[in-house]
Amino acid sequence: MHMMTKIALIGLALATSACTRPDRFGGTDPIGTNPVAGQNAGGVSGGVSDPRSPQYFQQTVGDRVLFAVDTSTLSPQGIATLDGQANWLQTNADYLAIIEGHADEQGTREYNLALGARRANAVREYLMSKGIPSNRLRTVSYGKERPIEVCSNEACYAKNRRAVTVISIGQLS
Amino acid sequence: MTLKAVVIAGLVALASLGSALPALAQGGPLRLTITDGVIEPLPFAVPVFTAETAGAEGLAADISNLVAQDLTGTGLFREIPASAFISQMGPFGTPPSYPDWRAINAQAVIAGAVAVNGNQLTVKFRLYDIFTGAELGEGLQFAGTTQGWRRMAHKVADAAYSRITGELGYFDSRVVFVSEAGPKDNRQKRLAIMDYDGANVQFLTDSSSLVLAPRFSPDGNRVLYTSYESGFPRINILDVGSVTSRQLDTAPGEMAFSPRFSRDGSRVIYSLANGGNTDLYIGDIASGASTRLTSAPSIETAPSFSPDGSQIVFESDRSGGSQLYIMPVNGGEPRRISFGDGRYGTPVWSPRGDLVAFTKQNAGRFHIGVMRTDGSEERLLTSSFLDEGPTWSPNGRVLMFTRETQGAEGTSQLYSVDISGRNLKPVDLVGGASDPSWGPLQP
Repeated sequence: MHMMTKIALIGLALATSACTRPDRFGGTDPIGTNPVAGQNAGGVSGGVSDPRSPQYFQQTVGDRVLFAVDTSTLSPQGIATLDGQANWLQTNADYLAIIEGHADEQGTREYNLALGARRANAVREYLMSKGIPSNRLRTVSYGKERPIEVCSNEACYAKNRRAVTVISIGQLS
Repeated sequence: MTLKAVVIAGLVALASLGSALPALAQGGPLRLTITDGVIEPLPFAVPVFTAETAGAEGLAADISNLVAQDLTGTGLFREIPASAFISQMGPFGTPPSYPDWRAINAQAVIAGAVAVNGNQLTVKFRLYDIFTGAELGEGLQFAGTTQGWRRMAHKVADAAYSRITGELGYFDSRVVFVSEAGPKDNRQKRLAIMDYDGANVQFLTDSSSLVLAPRFSPDGNRVLYTSYESGFPRINILDVGSVTSRQLDTAPGEMAFSPRFSRDGSRVIYSLANGGNTDLYIGDIASGASTRLTSAPSIETAPSFSPDGSQIVFESDRSGGSQLYIMPVNGGEPRRISFGDGRYGTPVWSPRGDLVAFTKQNAGRFHIGVMRTDGSEERLLTSSFLDEGPTWSPNGRVLMFTRETQGAEGTSQLYSVDISGRNLKPVDLVGGASDPSWGPLQP
């Protein structure tokens, strides 16, 4: 019973942050919660070795797919990752996902926002085609605003052209 | 602050400045015609303005320096240093000793006087055409507060620029932009406003949520921008005077971004993404009612109104890579205007209506360029690792844009260049900056 209460409370906090602040690089998150699985969800379950844990989703299933320059076409490797994501989301039906679309720095700011939206949507539609209800999946684009790699060559660009599935417990607004 | 300008002597009204000037004739009155050809900067002198009250010496020096800096900063004028002066100016209103200024080839001399009473500041100036041996235009007087001394210097420089070139100036104007801090993978962004020359930076938002691509209203009183305050890209409108903002109602969609004001400031044109597809919409700011402008499976974004408000230019990848298109605001078939190599984006219609400025990406480089509205006479003005997002000076002579350097230590800075490609230089700002939007000449 005690454990149940704890889960419910954490779920509430994550839901709040999922609705208001999916920007996980903002650095000034006043709530201190972070919808990215892995760092803050440790109280929910038992780490990367637990296949029901967010850490497992992030690291073992794989939370991201990569794209070629200026495209939103899913690669065979990306589709394999998304099949894993779909299975995981089927099994863990209380999790919701915000899919973040990103672009590399080659391109103008607003075009890259639109391109990131295309990429996030490609992932969302694939997950829906695998039976994940649309009301569990929401998209957001960061364009070229949130690189994870900072060099200015293809080695970094390839990792920045991505869609990341960020899971949390709660309800999407 | 309030600025009050009065004509000191004569009957010529301020509004008729410039247009009252006769055309250039051999040996005629001072006139610099701005062309796309190579320009020999016009030599001028600004003797330190006369301090007419005790203690006004410091401001008199600052103001005369800033007037000279504004003019030399255009690349069209060259200041003759005080060390070369043969004679000094007499009391304000006394004509200069023309032969002494001709001897050092000064074609124009700007004389001024500064008076300070409490926090009240008065600046007077007169412009002399040395080779004609006559005053050019009437004397002008500006009154305001000492705090607003830079604006008064900009007013003097705008009047001198306008009288000599026959075109409006752009010095007493402001730019809204995104101030940047922090490393590339954790960049903090906040809206800020500055004078055109980088002075008087004021922050309009904190860095708690991502903000992008602000745009001034035509009157400079409001700003549209993209905000992630809700966690998702939405359009906010901010009142500059009160520094308060609210989220704008848009058509329903996953993301709204890329907002621009209509020329009368009552409507907003923007991009809306739904199901991964981005199209253009136009909305009424007061009622929030929106109409869809494009319905294509391609990306349509970065719109800009023509000066008469009847057409928009925007970027679309409907033909593959991004290209520029023009369509009537009331709907109709878009007409492609860019056909060169590479990709084109962020088109901005010039205030004069004859040119479209854009970002071009080709062969691994970025350029700021201009073309005519039918796509002809494309000229690239800059080239770098990443230049993007031009904005026009109020008189259509200068473009300001974002230049980002490459690599892990890459930072963004604002640069300006004139439309002939000359006078490329960074805006003097502390810290990173991007996405400038140049406001109107202030009243």
